Amino acid sequence: MAKKETPKTNYQGQMHLLQKDLMGRYFDSLTRAAEQGEGKAAYMLISGNPVELMLAFDMIPVYPEINALQLAVKKVALPYIQKAEEIGYSMDNCAYVKADVGLFLGDRKTPFATIPPPALILCNYVGCNVYLQWFEHLAEYSHGEIFNLDIPFMRDPSGKPTKEDTEYVVKQLEEVIEVCERITGKKFDYQKLQKIVSYSGQTGELWSKIKGLTKRVPSPFDAYFDSVTMMAPLYCLRGTEEGLKFFETAYKEMEEKAELGMGPLPEERFRFVIEGPPPWPYLRTFRDLFAKWGAVAVASTYSTVGGLWEFGFKHDPNRPLESIAEHMLEWNLTNRNFLQRYDQIRRYVQEWSADALVIHSVKSCRLFSAGQGDMREYFTKELNIPTLLIESDIEDPRYFSEAQMKNRVDAFFESLEHKKILREASAPGGQA
Amino acid sequence: MANEKAHPAIEALISKYREVVEGSPLEYTADWKAKHPGVKLVGCYPLYTPVEIIHAGGMLPVAVIGGGNRLEIAHADSRFQSFVCSIVKSTLELGLTGQLKILDGIVFHSICDPARNLASVFTRNFPDLMVEYIHFPQNLTSRHAVSYLAAEYRRVKASYEKLVGRPIDNEALCQSIRVYNEQRGLLRDLYRLRSQSPQNLSTVETYILTRIGTFLPPEEHIAILKEAIAAASRRDERLKDRIKVVLEGSFCEQPPLELIEGLEAAGCYILDDDFLLGWRWFSQDVAVEGDPIQNLARAYLDRSVYSGVKHDTREPKAKHLVDKVRETGASAVVILAAKFCEPALFDYALYRRALEAEGIPHLYLEFEEKMWIFDKARTEVETFVESMLFD
Repeated sequence: MAKKETPKTNYQGQMHLLQKDLMGRYFDSLTRAAEQGEGKAAYMLISGNPVELMLAFDMIPVYPEINALQLAVKKVALPYIQKAEEIGYSMDNCAYVKADVGLFLGDRKTPFATIPPPALILCNYVGCNVYLQWFEHLAEYSHGEIFNLDIPFMRDPSGKPTKEDTEYVVKQLEEVIEVCERITGKKFDYQKLQKIVSYSGQTGELWSKIKGLTKRVPSPFDAYFDSVTMMAPLYCLRGTEEGLKFFETAYKEMEEKAELGMGPLPEERFRFVIEGPPPWPYLRTFRDLFAKWGAVAVASTYSTVGGLWEFGFKHDPNRPLESIAEHMLEWNLTNRNFLQRYDQIRRYVQEWSADALVIHSVKSCRLFSAGQGDMREYFTKELNIPTLLIESDIEDPRYFSEAQMKNRVDAFFESLEHKKILREASAPGGQA
Repeated sequence: MANEKAHPAIEALISKYREVVEGSPLEYTADWKAKHPGVKLVGCYPLYTPVEIIHAGGMLPVAVIGGGNRLEIAHADSRFQSFVCSIVKSTLELGLTGQLKILDGIVFHSICDPARNLASVFTRNFPDLMVEYIHFPQNLTSRHAVSYLAAEYRRVKASYEKLVGRPIDNEALCQSIRVYNEQRGLLRDLYRLRSQSPQNLSTVETYILTRIGTFLPPEEHIAILKEAIAAASRRDERLKDRIKVVLEGSFCEQPPLELIEGLEAAGCYILDDDFLLGWRWFSQDVAVEGDPIQNLARAYLDRSVYSGVKHDTREPKAKHLVDKVRETGASAVVILAAKFCEPALFDYALYRRALEAEGIPHLYLEFEEKMWIFDKARTEVETFVESMLFD
């Protein structure tokens, strides 16, 4: 039987409070750059980026994706999306881009920060083809300097970059250094970069250990809904001392919870892996659809868009440029081919002992979604893993149909529950 | 009509190939393969493939450009969602229904996210097919882009050497570059002819003459183009009262012939377009002296046409379009974008901005390869033409 009451999914741990504080300070730095001209802004994308290099030049990383998702979370994205559609963007274009363009062409003031104009538009092209167009558009609107940092896609069946791929990226990073020296007037400091890369290495390692904790039963936190709390500092503050401290605190807190057998819900009844980005405008509503069933996400592909640390990668301060290149090429979800993602999910299901796979297909992000029907085919037919495919959007509130979503989720977990009862009944010692 | 009687060859030729293009180029290719046993076929998904490398290995590169409007999608729509463009689904449908069995290999590249995922879906579903994927550089200002692409081409060459079972040498590569240079040079002549006297060569004719080059051996295509260009040059039709336009946005998925025909019949002369762009990729010949792989790589960076999937930060997005309008003497632009084609839809926002700034009127239309009804598009073009002619 389904639990009728909705468990409370509010979580007021130390980690969440610290995250709020850190992100507040990060956004304040953007506002100071915009309003008082403090520092130079480097626009970048989240997926596998060389933030370490930007920090080595004291540039302020600005992430249009973060800004777009904040607008969605704060439920103010729609007017920006519509503004972009009025000037020619299509209903069928990625709504992250539209919200950001709407914001960029206005006064760039948001409830969380004022966004500074770019000193450098560094398009880290890591798998997502929309990135190229997004930053091409921002460059035209701002007349800012653009650099397309081209990352060869993981096209080989081995899932590894070629030697030439890595050399090409390292050489481009050296070109980025020349550009940053010119823009900031500062000389490149190799030791400083090593220090920053060392922070990233330690941060990634902690993040990987945190992710390992959700292999425990019950899982100490939700690897989708709580992971997004940790993803913000991972991306905005990676390579800094305070970013590292945040992850030390988060690891300690999560480990304690794991030791105490505490989870995010009163009872963990189902463990699932989730594929795809969240519906930011309805995150709480979406979470509650699963919480109601005692379903906890134990692993998520979304938490690896900016980097995949749980399978052994670590930034190496002794090879700073090479390891930044490896992170961008191989160790993030978006630059990996679709079949590597199937394999990543398969490992999650097996190694994190999940009962099911949930695919959240979002219209905006075709990098994630295009072909997820084939993915469902693979998991249900080849691997016999119960799989649910639901659709909405990452940014555009017009694509979220709560009633329809609820019906699909309820039907799926009802069927899982039925199977569970049958399995328990037929197990030795079970009641017939 | 007098001219048609005087030069029956071109009309007969075009009508013969029109049936192939509208029916199934793949069936034609299957017949061709039956007559040429032992020649391996490599399918080329849009936009651009360095066909010279395949051709130099004694194989035939053939375009795989979706399923047109006579293919029913019965399986692929459960694999790719409703918001994914038609060509991705129809290409998978061709595979799932066994119509690509004639191919020994297929090659994709980084044009967009759905096409990229399609390459993986092909790898999983068709284990007997050699699926190759080329990553073209998207940093065209880097000092290292040419050497990267040359390395990528060498990797691809090694992969095709394995497929064909023998090495592909430089001499063969240079010869293939010469052949495709000649073919693309003739296509540029054909486009120039249509642009200069659109009354003598319609867009649908230009299209068919170009499209057949995507599945015929290039040597055969060259002979047909020579004949067709000579015949079209002899035509002397009267210029009708139509507006002259440049068409943009159909570089990947291809509109049905009836739609192309309908656009012209509704009162336009199309002076330039971006149909089948990857098969007309270079604006000049690829160099033949020196290392052929290096030459192909350099030509990609310095001699290729502008495209919505090749992100060149060296000039603003709409510059090539405005230039085309100015150079051809067109008075308007028709944007004909494939439904759900994200690259074309994004480009439109910048095109619109630039065209408005330049005072060039434009009409925005969307199409799907599978469309059957053209009344709406036709009415929109007629209204646009009237507003241009009479306002």
